[in-house]
Amino acid sequence: MNLLVTKVLTKYFGDTHAVDGVDFTVQQGELLALIGANGAGKTTLVNLISGMLRPDSGSIVFQGADVTSQSVHGRIKAGIARSFQLVNLFDQLTVLDNVALVIFSREGKTRNFVYLADHDRPVRQEAMDVLQRFGLENKANMLAGGLAQGERKLLDVAVAVALRPKLLLLDEPTSGVSTREKAPIMDIITAIVRSEHITAVIIEHDMDVVFKYSDRIVVMHQGTILADGTPDEIRTNDQVITTLIGTQASG
Amino acid sequence: MTMVTVLSRRLLLSAAVILALLVILPSALDPYQTILLSYGLIFAIAALGFNLLLGYTGLLSFGHSAYFGMGAYAVAFIVKYLKITSMEVFLIGGILASAAVAALFGFLCVRYTRIFFGILTLALSQVLWSLAFKFFWVTGGTDGLRVPTPSLLGMQMAPGQDKMTFLAHRYYYYVLIIFLAGLAVMWVIVHSPFGKALQAIRDNETRAEFVGVQVRKYRFVAFLISGAYTGLAGALWVPLNGLTTPEILHWTFSGKIVFFTVLGGFQTFVGPIIGAVVYNYLETYAVGHTVYWQLVLGIVLVVLVLALPAGIVGTAKRLGLRLRRAA
Repeated sequence: MNLLVTKVLTKYFGDTHAVDGVDFTVQQGELLALIGANGAGKTTLVNLISGMLRPDSGSIVFQGADVTSQSVHGRIKAGIARSFQLVNLFDQLTVLDNVALVIFSREGKTRNFVYLADHDRPVRQEAMDVLQRFGLENKANMLAGGLAQGERKLLDVAVAVALRPKLLLLDEPTSGVSTREKAPIMDIITAIVRSEHITAVIIEHDMDVVFKYSDRIVVMHQGTILADGTPDEIRTNDQVITTLIGTQASG
Repeated sequence: MTMVTVLSRRLLLSAAVILALLVILPSALDPYQTILLSYGLIFAIAALGFNLLLGYTGLLSFGHSAYFGMGAYAVAFIVKYLKITSMEVFLIGGILASAAVAALFGFLCVRYTRIFFGILTLALSQVLWSLAFKFFWVTGGTDGLRVPTPSLLGMQMAPGQDKMTFLAHRYYYYVLIIFLAGLAVMWVIVHSPFGKALQAIRDNETRAEFVGVQVRKYRFVAFLISGAYTGLAGALWVPLNGLTTPEILHWTFSGKIVFFTVLGGFQTFVGPIIGAVVYNYLETYAVGHTVYWQLVLGIVLVVLVLALPAGIVGTAKRLGLRLRRAA
Protein backbone atom coordinates (compact mmCIF):
# COMPACT_ATOMS: atom_id res chain seq x y z
CA MET A 1 0.00 0.00 0.00
CA ASN A 2 1.23 3.44 -0.86
CA LEU A 3 1.56 5.73 2.14
CA LEU A 4 2.94 8.67 0.22
CA VAL A 5 2.92 9.52 -3.45
CA THR A 6 4.40 12.57 -5.13
CA LYS A 7 3.51 13.35 -8.73
CA VAL A 8 5.81 15.39 -10.99
CA LEU A 9 6.90 17.30 -7.92
CA THR A 10 9.04 20.28 -8.93
CA LYS A 11 10.98 22.92 -7.05
CA TYR A 12 13.24 25.53 -8.59
CA PHE A 13 15.77 27.71 -6.84
CA GLY A 14 16.36 30.36 -9.48
CA ASP A 15 17.64 28.41 -12.48
CA THR A 16 18.47 25.33 -10.46
CA HIS A 17 16.01 22.46 -10.75
CA ALA A 18 16.44 21.22 -7.20
CA VAL A 19 13.59 18.74 -7.56
CA ASP A 20 12.59 18.18 -11.15
CA GLY A 21 9.33 16.36 -11.87
CA VAL A 22 9.81 13.67 -9.24
CA ASP A 23 7.38 10.75 -8.93
CA PHE A 24 8.27 9.31 -5.57
CA THR A 25 6.40 6.65 -3.68
CA VAL A 26 6.75 5.40 -0.13
CA GLN A 27 5.15 2.07 0.76
CA GLN A 28 3.49 1.47 4.09
CA GLY A 29 5.91 -0.05 6.59
CA GLU A 30 9.12 0.15 4.60
CA LEU A 31 12.44 1.66 5.53
CA LEU A 32 13.50 3.58 2.49
CA ALA A 33 16.91 5.11 1.97
CA LEU A 34 17.20 8.21 -0.16
CA ILE A 35 20.71 8.59 -1.52
CA GLY A 36 22.55 10.75 -3.99
CA ALA A 37 25.44 13.18 -4.23
CA ASN A 38 25.34 16.57 -2.56
CA GLY A 39 22.89 18.78 -4.43
CA ALA A 40 20.95 15.83 -5.84
CA GLY A 41 17.76 17.19 -4.27
CA LYS A 42 17.28 14.78 -1.37
CA THR A 43 16.86 17.38 1.34
CA THR A 44 14.69 19.55 -0.92
CA LEU A 45 12.41 16.56 -1.51
CA VAL A 46 12.13 15.99 2.25
CA ASN A 47 11.51 19.70 2.77
CA LEU A 48 8.69 19.59 0.24
CA ILE A 49 7.10 16.53 1.82
CA SER A 50 7.37 17.92 5.36
CA GLY A 51 5.95 21.30 4.32
CA MET A 52 9.07 23.34 4.98
CA LEU A 53 9.05 24.34 1.30
CA ARG A 54 6.19 24.78 -1.15
CA PRO A 55 6.55 23.05 -4.53
CA ASP A 56 6.41 25.10 -7.73
CA SER A 57 4.26 22.38 -9.29
CA GLY A 58 3.23 18.79 -8.76
CA SER A 59 1.34 17.18 -5.92
CA ILE A 60 1.90 15.31 -2.68
CA VAL A 61 -0.66 12.74 -1.58
CA PHE A 62 -0.43 11.23 1.91
CA GLN A 63 -2.75 8.37 2.86
CA GLY A 64 -4.94 9.20 -0.10
CA ALA A 65 -5.38 12.86 0.81
CA ASP A 66 -3.75 15.72 -1.09
CA VAL A 67 -1.50 17.60 1.33
CA THR A 68 0.33 19.73 -1.26
CA SER A 69 -1.00 23.01 0.11
CA GLN A 70 -1.36 21.92 3.73
CA SER A 71 0.50 23.75 6.51
CA VAL A 72 3.34 22.18 8.48
CA HIS A 73 0.95 21.90 11.40
CA GLY A 74 -1.65 20.10 9.28
CA ARG A 75 0.93 17.62 7.99
CA ILE A 76 2.14 16.86 11.50
CA LYS A 77 -1.45 16.18 12.54
CA ALA A 78 -1.79 13.90 9.51
CA GLY A 79 1.27 11.98 10.72
CA ILE A 80 4.35 13.31 8.91
CA ALA A 81 7.31 14.06 11.19
CA ARG A 82 10.92 14.85 10.44
CA SER A 83 14.33 15.27 11.97
CA PHE A 84 17.05 17.61 10.76
CA GLN A 85 20.50 17.22 9.30
CA LEU A 86 21.84 20.00 11.48
CA VAL A 87 20.46 19.13 14.88
CA ASN A 88 17.45 21.24 15.85
CA LEU A 89 16.77 20.95 19.56
CA PHE A 90 15.49 23.11 22.38
CA ASP A 91 18.91 23.66 23.91
CA GLN A 92 17.88 25.44 27.09
CA LEU A 93 15.26 22.83 27.96
CA THR A 94 16.19 19.57 29.61
CA VAL A 95 16.44 16.43 27.53
CA LEU A 96 13.25 15.20 29.18
CA ASP A 97 11.43 18.45 28.44
CA ASN A 98 12.46 18.29 24.78
CA VAL A 99 10.49 15.08 24.48
CA ALA A 100 7.74 16.01 26.96
CA LEU A 101 7.00 19.18 24.99
CA VAL A 102 6.39 17.10 21.88
CA ILE A 103 3.96 14.87 23.76
CA PHE A 104 2.14 17.92 25.14
CA SER A 105 1.98 19.29 21.63
CA ARG A 106 0.72 16.01 20.17
CA GLU A 107 -2.03 15.82 22.80
CA GLY A 108 -3.04 19.45 22.34
CA LYS A 109 -1.97 20.25 25.91
CA THR A 110 0.34 23.13 25.04
CA ARG A 111 -2.76 25.34 25.00
CA ASN A 112 -3.08 24.76 28.71
CA PHE A 113 -1.45 27.29 31.01
CA VAL A 114 -3.12 26.54 34.32
CA TYR A 115 -1.19 23.49 35.47
CA LEU A 116 2.43 22.56 36.01
CA ALA A 117 4.02 20.59 33.20
CA ASP A 118 6.28 18.70 35.59
CA HIS A 119 3.26 17.34 37.46
CA ASP A 120 1.84 15.56 34.41
CA ARG A 121 2.89 12.03 35.29
CA PRO A 122 1.61 10.22 32.17
CA VAL A 123 3.47 12.65 29.91
CA ARG A 124 6.66 12.44 31.95
CA GLN A 125 6.43 8.66 32.01
CA GLU A 126 5.96 8.48 28.26
CA ALA A 127 8.85 10.89 27.71
CA MET A 128 11.06 8.74 29.95
CA ASP A 129 10.01 5.66 27.99
CA VAL A 130 11.00 7.32 24.72
CA LEU A 131 14.35 8.38 26.19
CA GLN A 132 14.92 4.86 27.47
CA ARG A 133 14.42 3.38 24.02
CA PHE A 134 17.01 5.83 22.68
CA GLY A 135 19.39 5.08 25.54
CA LEU A 136 19.17 8.66 26.80
CA GLU A 137 17.37 8.06 30.11
CA ASN A 138 20.48 8.88 32.13
CA LYS A 139 20.66 12.31 30.50
CA ALA A 140 17.00 13.19 31.16
CA ASN A 141 17.72 16.11 33.48
CA MET A 142 20.61 17.56 31.50
CA LEU A 143 20.09 20.56 29.25
CA ALA A 144 19.85 19.42 25.64
CA GLY A 145 22.57 21.95 24.78
CA GLY A 146 25.03 20.00 26.93
CA LEU A 147 24.74 16.67 25.12
CA ALA A 148 27.48 15.15 22.97
CA GLN A 149 26.96 15.18 19.22
CA GLY A 150 25.91 11.52 18.93
CA GLU A 151 23.37 11.98 21.73
CA ARG A 152 22.07 15.14 20.10
CA LYS A 153 21.48 13.26 16.86
CA LEU A 154 19.56 10.58 18.76
CA LEU A 155 17.50 13.12 20.68
CA ASP A 156 16.67 14.88 17.41
CA VAL A 157 15.17 11.62 16.15
CA ALA A 158 13.53 10.89 19.53
CA VAL A 159 11.75 14.25 19.34
CA ALA A 160 10.31 13.29 15.95
CA VAL A 161 9.39 9.77 17.10
CA ALA A 162 7.54 11.17 20.15
CA LEU A 163 5.03 12.66 17.71
CA ARG A 164 4.02 9.05 16.91
CA PRO A 165 4.22 9.69 13.18
CA LYS A 166 3.05 7.40 10.41
CA LEU A 167 5.82 8.66 8.17
CA LEU A 168 9.18 9.65 9.62
CA LEU A 169 11.61 11.62 7.48
CA LEU A 170 15.17 11.46 8.77
CA ASP A 171 17.66 13.82 7.16
CA GLU A 172 21.08 12.29 7.68
CA PRO A 173 20.62 10.93 11.21
CA THR A 174 24.31 10.00 11.43
CA SER A 175 25.94 13.03 9.83
CA GLY A 176 28.55 14.76 11.95
CA VAL A 177 29.27 11.76 14.17
CA SER A 178 32.32 9.53 14.06
CA THR A 179 32.25 6.40 11.89
CA ARG A 180 32.42 4.27 15.02
CA GLU A 181 29.19 5.83 16.33
CA LYS A 182 27.19 5.44 13.13
CA ALA A 183 26.24 1.78 13.46
CA PRO A 184 25.05 2.02 17.09
CA ILE A 185 22.93 5.07 16.24
CA MET A 186 21.40 3.37 13.20
CA ASP A 187 20.79 0.19 15.23
CA ILE A 188 18.79 2.15 17.78
CA ILE A 189 16.83 4.12 15.21
CA THR A 190 15.97 1.20 12.96
CA ALA A 191 14.99 -1.00 15.92
CA ILE A 192 12.52 1.64 17.09
CA VAL A 193 11.17 2.30 13.62
CA ARG A 194 10.63 -1.44 13.04
CA SER A 195 9.09 -2.20 16.43
CA GLU A 196 6.67 0.72 16.21
CA HIS A 197 5.80 0.03 12.57
CA ILE A 198 6.77 3.52 11.50
CA THR A 199 7.38 4.03 7.81
CA ALA A 200 10.71 5.82 7.44
CA VAL A 201 12.59 7.69 4.75
CA ILE A 202 16.25 8.12 5.63
CA ILE A 203 18.64 10.37 3.77
CA GLU A 204 22.09 8.89 4.17
CA HIS A 205 25.51 9.24 2.62
CA ASP A 206 27.24 6.25 4.10
CA MET A 207 26.72 3.38 1.63
CA ASP A 208 27.48 0.69 4.20
CA VAL A 209 24.71 2.05 6.38
CA VAL A 210 22.33 2.30 3.43
CA PHE A 211 22.85 -1.26 2.22
CA LYS A 212 22.72 -2.70 5.70
CA TYR A 213 19.55 -1.12 7.02
CA SER A 214 17.15 -0.27 4.19
CA ASP A 215 14.41 -2.27 2.47
CA ARG A 216 14.49 -0.14 -0.63
CA ILE A 217 16.79 2.51 -2.01
CA VAL A 218 15.91 5.51 -4.15
CA VAL A 219 18.84 7.20 -5.87
CA MET A 220 18.54 10.86 -6.81
CA HIS A 221 20.70 12.69 -9.29
CA GLN A 222 20.39 16.33 -10.28
CA GLY A 223 16.83 16.66 -9.09
CA THR A 224 15.47 13.47 -10.64
CA ILE A 225 15.19 9.85 -9.60
CA LEU A 226 18.00 7.85 -11.19
CA ALA A 227 17.22 4.44 -9.78
CA ASP A 228 14.81 2.73 -7.42
CA GLY A 229 15.18 -0.79 -6.10
CA THR A 230 16.24 -3.18 -3.37
CA PRO A 231 19.75 -2.88 -1.94
CA ASP A 232 20.87 -5.78 -4.11
CA GLU A 233 19.44 -4.22 -7.25
CA ILE A 234 21.06 -0.89 -6.50
CA ARG A 235 24.37 -2.49 -5.66
CA THR A 236 24.53 -4.03 -9.10
CA ASN A 237 23.01 -1.14 -11.06
CA ASP A 238 25.71 0.03 -13.48
CA GLN A 239 24.26 3.49 -13.88
CA VAL A 240 24.27 4.05 -10.13
CA ILE A 241 27.76 2.68 -9.79
CA THR A 242 29.18 4.99 -12.41
CA THR A 243 27.40 8.17 -11.30
CA LEU A 244 27.42 7.77 -7.60
CA ILE A 245 29.07 4.93 -5.83
CA GLY A 246 32.13 4.59 -8.00
CA THR A 247 34.49 1.95 -6.78
CA GLN A 248 33.40 2.18 -3.17
CA ALA A 249 30.63 -0.46 -3.23
CA SER A 250 32.05 -2.74 -5.84
CA GLY A 251 35.09 -3.47 -3.76
CA MET B 1 16.78 14.22 44.29
CA THR B 2 17.70 15.14 47.87
CA MET B 3 19.74 18.03 46.49
CA VAL B 4 16.61 19.31 44.78
CA THR B 5 14.52 18.95 47.95
CA VAL B 6 17.13 20.77 49.98
CA LEU B 7 17.29 23.51 47.37
CA SER B 8 13.55 23.96 47.12
CA ARG B 9 13.24 23.90 50.91
CA ARG B 10 15.85 26.62 51.10
CA LEU B 11 13.99 28.50 48.38
CA LEU B 12 10.69 28.24 50.24
CA LEU B 13 12.36 29.42 53.43
CA SER B 14 13.88 32.47 51.80
CA ALA B 15 10.58 33.22 50.06
CA ALA B 16 8.82 33.07 53.43
CA VAL B 17 11.38 35.42 54.99
CA ILE B 18 11.05 37.91 52.14
CA LEU B 19 7.26 37.74 52.31
CA ALA B 20 7.34 38.35 56.09
CA LEU B 21 9.64 41.34 55.55
CA LEU B 22 7.33 42.75 52.87
CA VAL B 23 4.39 42.45 55.27
CA ILE B 24 6.16 44.02 58.26
CA LEU B 25 8.02 46.79 56.43
CA PRO B 26 5.30 49.49 56.45
CA SER B 27 5.26 49.50 60.26
CA ALA B 28 9.05 49.76 60.40
CA LEU B 29 9.69 52.24 57.60
CA ASP B 30 8.54 55.80 57.17
CA PRO B 31 5.69 56.27 54.67
CA TYR B 32 7.97 57.64 51.99
CA GLN B 33 10.05 54.44 51.97
CA THR B 34 6.98 52.27 51.79
CA ILE B 35 5.63 54.24 48.86
CA LEU B 36 8.98 53.87 47.14
CA LEU B 37 8.75 50.13 47.61
CA SER B 38 5.20 50.19 46.17
CA TYR B 39 6.58 51.78 43.02
CA GLY B 40 9.22 49.06 42.87
CA LEU B 41 6.65 46.28 43.21
CA ILE B 42 4.46 47.85 40.51
CA PHE B 43 7.39 48.12 38.11
CA ALA B 44 8.17 44.51 39.00
CA ILE B 45 4.74 43.45 37.74
CA ALA B 46 5.43 45.26 34.46
CA ALA B 47 8.84 43.60 34.20
CA LEU B 48 7.36 40.16 34.92
CA GLY B 49 4.98 40.64 32.02
CA PHE B 50 7.71 41.98 29.79
CA ASN B 51 9.95 39.03 30.56
CA LEU B 52 7.33 36.51 29.44
CA LEU B 53 8.23 37.83 25.99
CA LEU B 54 11.97 38.37 26.39
CA GLY B 55 13.10 35.60 28.71
CA TYR B 56 10.57 32.93 27.82
CA THR B 57 9.53 33.59 24.22
CA GLY B 58 12.74 35.22 22.96
CA LEU B 59 11.14 38.46 21.75
CA LEU B 60 12.62 41.81 22.77
CA SER B 61 9.85 44.40 22.88
CA PHE B 62 10.87 48.03 22.88
CA GLY B 63 7.29 49.22 23.17
CA HIS B 64 6.00 48.09 26.53
CA SER B 65 5.39 51.69 27.57
CA ALA B 66 2.29 51.38 25.35
CA TYR B 67 0.63 48.84 27.64
CA PHE B 68 1.77 50.45 30.89
CA GLY B 69 0.54 53.81 29.60
CA MET B 70 -2.69 52.35 28.30
CA GLY B 71 -3.38 50.86 31.74
CA ALA B 72 -2.75 54.23 33.34
CA TYR B 73 -4.76 56.29 30.82
CA ALA B 74 -7.66 53.81 30.95
CA VAL B 75 -7.89 54.55 34.70
CA ALA B 76 -7.71 58.28 34.07
CA PHE B 77 -10.49 58.03 31.48
CA ILE B 78 -12.64 56.00 33.87
CA VAL B 79 -12.29 58.84 36.39
CA LYS B 80 -12.78 61.59 33.82
CA TYR B 81 -15.72 60.19 31.88
CA LEU B 82 -17.39 57.66 34.18
CA LYS B 83 -16.67 59.44 37.48
CA ILE B 84 -15.84 56.10 39.07
CA THR B 85 -13.02 55.81 41.64
CA SER B 86 -13.23 52.13 42.52
CA MET B 87 -9.78 50.50 42.37
CA GLU B 88 -11.29 47.20 41.21
CA VAL B 89 -12.94 48.94 38.25
CA PHE B 90 -9.58 50.63 37.57
CA LEU B 91 -7.80 47.29 37.44
CA ILE B 92 -10.36 45.64 35.19
CA GLY B 93 -10.43 48.68 32.91
CA GLY B 94 -6.65 48.90 32.82
CA ILE B 95 -6.23 45.22 32.00
CA LEU B 96 -8.93 45.22 29.31
CA ALA B 97 -7.66 48.39 27.64
CA SER B 98 -4.03 47.28 27.59
CA ALA B 99 -5.01 43.78 26.43
CA ALA B 100 -7.00 45.34 23.58
CA VAL B 101 -4.01 47.42 22.50
CA ALA B 102 -1.71 44.42 22.93
CA ALA B 103 -4.06 42.35 20.74
CA LEU B 104 -3.91 44.94 17.99
CA PHE B 105 -0.16 45.61 18.21
CA GLY B 106 0.64 41.96 18.83
CA PHE B 107 -1.29 40.90 15.74
CA LEU B 108 1.07 43.06 13.68
CA CYS B 109 4.30 42.49 15.60
CA VAL B 110 4.37 38.68 15.96
CA ARG B 111 4.80 38.42 12.19
CA TYR B 112 8.37 39.56 12.79
CA THR B 113 11.23 38.60 15.09
CA ARG B 114 14.50 40.06 16.33
CA ILE B 115 15.29 43.66 15.46
CA PHE B 116 12.22 44.02 13.19
CA PHE B 117 9.99 42.99 16.06
CA GLY B 118 11.74 45.41 18.41
CA ILE B 119 11.52 48.36 16.03
CA LEU B 120 7.88 47.70 15.20
CA THR B 121 6.88 47.54 18.88
CA LEU B 122 8.78 50.78 19.45
CA ALA B 123 7.16 52.54 16.50
CA LEU B 124 3.65 51.49 17.49
CA SER B 125 4.14 52.64 21.08
CA GLN B 126 5.33 56.01 19.79
CA VAL B 127 2.02 56.32 17.91
CA LEU B 128 0.18 56.07 21.23
CA TRP B 129 2.57 58.55 22.78
CA SER B 130 1.92 61.11 20.05
CA LEU B 131 -1.84 60.59 20.37
CA ALA B 132 -1.65 61.28 24.12
CA PHE B 133 0.59 64.25 23.40
CA LYS B 134 -1.54 65.87 20.67
CA PHE B 135 -5.14 65.11 21.63
CA PHE B 136 -4.95 67.34 24.68
CA TRP B 137 -8.72 67.88 24.92
CA VAL B 138 -9.04 64.16 25.69
CA THR B 139 -5.72 63.36 27.34
CA GLY B 140 -4.78 66.69 28.86
CA GLY B 141 -1.66 66.78 26.67
CA THR B 142 1.54 67.30 28.61
CA ASP B 143 -0.45 68.35 31.69
CA GLY B 144 -1.77 64.83 31.83
CA LEU B 145 -4.83 63.64 33.71
CA ARG B 146 -5.30 63.57 37.48
CA VAL B 147 -6.42 60.45 39.27
CA PRO B 148 -7.77 60.80 42.82
CA THR B 149 -7.26 58.35 45.65
CA PRO B 150 -9.43 55.34 44.84
CA SER B 151 -11.69 53.26 47.04
CA LEU B 152 -10.24 49.84 47.82
CA LEU B 153 -12.82 47.02 47.86
CA GLY B 154 -15.51 49.67 48.20
CA MET B 155 -13.85 51.38 51.17
CA GLN B 156 -13.05 55.05 50.75
CA MET B 157 -10.08 56.68 52.39
CA ALA B 158 -11.23 57.65 55.89
CA PRO B 159 -12.23 61.34 55.96
CA GLY B 160 -9.42 63.45 57.23
CA GLN B 161 -6.88 60.65 56.72
CA ASP B 162 -3.55 61.72 55.35
CA LYS B 163 -3.05 60.61 51.73
CA MET B 164 0.55 59.59 52.44
CA THR B 165 -0.58 57.32 55.25
CA PHE B 166 -3.26 55.80 53.04
CA LEU B 167 -0.77 55.10 50.24
CA ALA B 168 1.87 53.79 52.61
CA HIS B 169 -0.47 51.38 54.35
CA ARG B 170 -3.69 50.27 52.78
CA TYR B 171 -2.60 50.93 49.22
CA TYR B 172 0.77 49.29 49.80
CA TYR B 173 -0.91 46.08 50.98
CA TYR B 174 -3.30 46.23 48.05
CA VAL B 175 -0.34 46.45 45.68
CA LEU B 176 1.49 43.71 47.57
CA ILE B 177 -1.44 41.29 47.29
CA ILE B 178 -1.84 41.92 43.57
CA PHE B 179 1.90 41.60 43.09
CA LEU B 180 1.91 38.23 44.86
CA ALA B 181 -1.11 37.03 42.90
CA GLY B 182 0.49 38.17 39.64
CA LEU B 183 3.73 36.47 40.64
CA ALA B 184 1.96 33.18 41.39
CA VAL B 185 -0.04 33.26 38.15
CA MET B 186 3.07 34.04 36.08
CA TRP B 187 4.99 31.27 37.82
CA VAL B 188 2.31 28.77 36.85
CA ILE B 189 2.18 30.12 33.28
CA VAL B 190 5.91 29.70 32.67
CA HIS B 191 5.90 26.21 34.19
CA SER B 192 2.81 25.05 32.30
CA PRO B 193 2.84 23.13 29.02
CA PHE B 194 2.04 26.46 27.37
CA GLY B 195 5.11 28.01 29.02
CA LYS B 196 7.26 25.11 27.81
CA ALA B 197 5.99 25.70 24.29
CA LEU B 198 7.04 29.35 24.54
CA GLN B 199 10.53 28.33 25.67
CA ALA B 200 10.70 25.88 22.80
CA ILE B 201 9.87 28.72 20.41
CA ARG B 202 12.59 30.82 22.05
CA ASP B 203 15.19 28.05 21.68
CA ASN B 204 14.33 26.88 18.18
CA GLU B 205 11.47 28.36 16.23
CA THR B 206 11.83 25.96 13.29
CA ARG B 207 11.78 22.84 15.40
CA ALA B 208 8.89 24.17 17.47
CA GLU B 209 6.87 24.48 14.26
CA PHE B 210 7.88 20.93 13.30
CA VAL B 211 6.67 19.41 16.54
CA GLY B 212 3.29 20.99 16.00
CA VAL B 213 3.54 24.25 17.97
CA GLN B 214 1.81 27.01 16.04
CA VAL B 215 4.56 29.52 16.60
CA ARG B 216 2.80 32.71 15.55
CA LYS B 217 -0.33 31.92 17.54
CA TYR B 218 1.66 31.18 20.70
CA ARG B 219 3.71 34.31 20.28
CA PHE B 220 0.48 36.27 19.99
CA VAL B 221 -0.96 34.81 23.18
CA ALA B 222 2.32 35.50 25.01
CA PHE B 223 2.20 39.08 23.70
CA LEU B 224 -1.37 39.46 24.96
CA ILE B 225 -0.59 38.16 28.45
CA SER B 226 2.57 40.27 28.56
CA GLY B 227 0.69 43.42 27.57
CA ALA B 228 -2.10 42.77 30.08
CA TYR B 229 0.43 42.35 32.91
CA THR B 230 2.15 45.56 32.04
CA GLY B 231 -1.25 47.27 31.76
CA LEU B 232 -2.17 46.00 35.22
CA ALA B 233 1.02 47.62 36.50
CA GLY B 234 0.06 50.89 34.80
CA ALA B 235 -3.36 50.83 36.46
CA LEU B 236 -1.78 50.28 39.89
CA TRP B 237 0.81 52.97 39.27
CA VAL B 238 -1.48 55.85 38.41
CA PRO B 239 -3.31 56.30 41.76
CA LEU B 240 0.08 56.17 43.48
CA ASN B 241 1.47 58.81 41.18
CA GLY B 242 -1.79 60.78 41.20
CA LEU B 243 -1.27 61.82 37.60
CA THR B 244 -0.60 60.28 34.23
CA THR B 245 1.33 62.13 31.53
CA PRO B 246 2.49 61.14 28.02
CA GLU B 247 5.95 60.50 29.51
CA ILE B 248 4.99 56.97 30.50
CA LEU B 249 3.98 56.23 26.91
CA HIS B 250 7.32 57.43 25.58
CA TRP B 251 9.82 54.86 24.33
CA THR B 252 12.31 55.87 27.02
CA PHE B 253 9.97 54.29 29.55
CA SER B 254 9.95 51.10 27.44
CA GLY B 255 13.74 51.27 27.72
CA LYS B 256 13.41 51.36 31.50
CA ILE B 257 11.30 48.20 31.50
CA VAL B 258 13.95 46.52 29.34
CA PHE B 259 16.53 47.73 31.80
CA PHE B 260 14.73 46.40 34.90
CA THR B 261 14.72 43.00 33.29
CA VAL B 262 18.28 42.91 32.01
CA LEU B 263 19.61 44.37 35.25
CA GLY B 264 17.91 41.66 37.32
CA GLY B 265 18.62 38.88 34.82
CA PHE B 266 16.14 37.92 32.11
CA GLN B 267 17.14 34.27 32.19
CA THR B 268 15.72 33.85 35.67
CA PHE B 269 12.17 34.05 36.91
CA VAL B 270 12.77 36.48 39.78
CA GLY B 271 15.44 38.55 37.99
CA PRO B 272 13.06 41.14 36.54
CA ILE B 273 11.46 41.69 39.96
CA ILE B 274 14.78 42.37 41.66
CA GLY B 275 15.87 44.49 38.71
CA ALA B 276 12.73 46.65 38.89
CA VAL B 277 12.98 47.25 42.64
CA VAL B 278 16.71 47.97 42.53
CA TYR B 279 16.43 50.29 39.53
CA ASN B 280 13.64 52.19 41.22
CA TYR B 281 15.85 52.85 44.27
CA LEU B 282 18.85 53.74 42.10
CA GLU B 283 16.92 56.27 40.08
CA THR B 284 15.16 57.79 43.06
CA TYR B 285 18.41 58.33 44.98
CA ALA B 286 20.30 59.56 41.95
CA VAL B 287 17.57 62.11 41.25
CA GLY B 288 17.53 63.14 44.89
CA HIS B 289 21.26 63.73 45.14
CA THR B 290 22.37 65.43 41.96
CA VAL B 291 21.08 67.33 38.95
CA TYR B 292 23.38 65.13 36.88
CA TRP B 293 21.37 62.10 37.94
CA GLN B 294 21.10 60.73 34.40
CA LEU B 295 24.89 60.70 34.15
CA VAL B 296 25.27 59.01 37.53
CA LEU B 297 22.59 56.49 36.71
CA GLY B 298 24.10 55.81 33.30
CA ILE B 299 27.54 55.11 34.77
CA VAL B 300 26.14 52.90 37.51
CA LEU B 301 24.12 50.95 34.99
CA VAL B 302 27.00 50.50 32.55
CA VAL B 303 29.21 49.21 35.34
CA LEU B 304 26.49 46.89 36.60
CA VAL B 305 25.86 45.44 33.16
CA LEU B 306 29.58 44.98 32.44
CA ALA B 307 30.26 43.45 35.83
CA LEU B 308 27.08 41.35 35.97
CA PRO B 309 26.23 40.28 32.44
CA ALA B 310 23.81 37.63 33.69
CA GLY B 311 22.04 40.24 35.80
CA ILE B 312 21.88 40.46 39.58
CA VAL B 313 19.97 37.24 40.10
CA GLY B 314 21.80 35.34 37.35
CA THR B 315 25.16 36.26 38.89
CA ALA B 316 23.98 35.41 42.40
CA LYS B 317 22.86 32.01 41.20
CA ARG B 318 26.22 31.30 39.58
CA LEU B 319 28.06 32.39 42.71
CA GLY B 320 25.82 30.19 44.83
CA LEU B 321 26.47 27.24 42.57
CA ARG B 322 30.23 27.82 42.71
CA LEU B 323 30.19 28.09 46.50
CA ARG B 324 28.21 24.87 46.82
CA ARG B 325 30.63 23.08 44.51
CA ALA B 326 33.58 24.34 46.53
CA ALA B 327 31.99 23.25 49.80
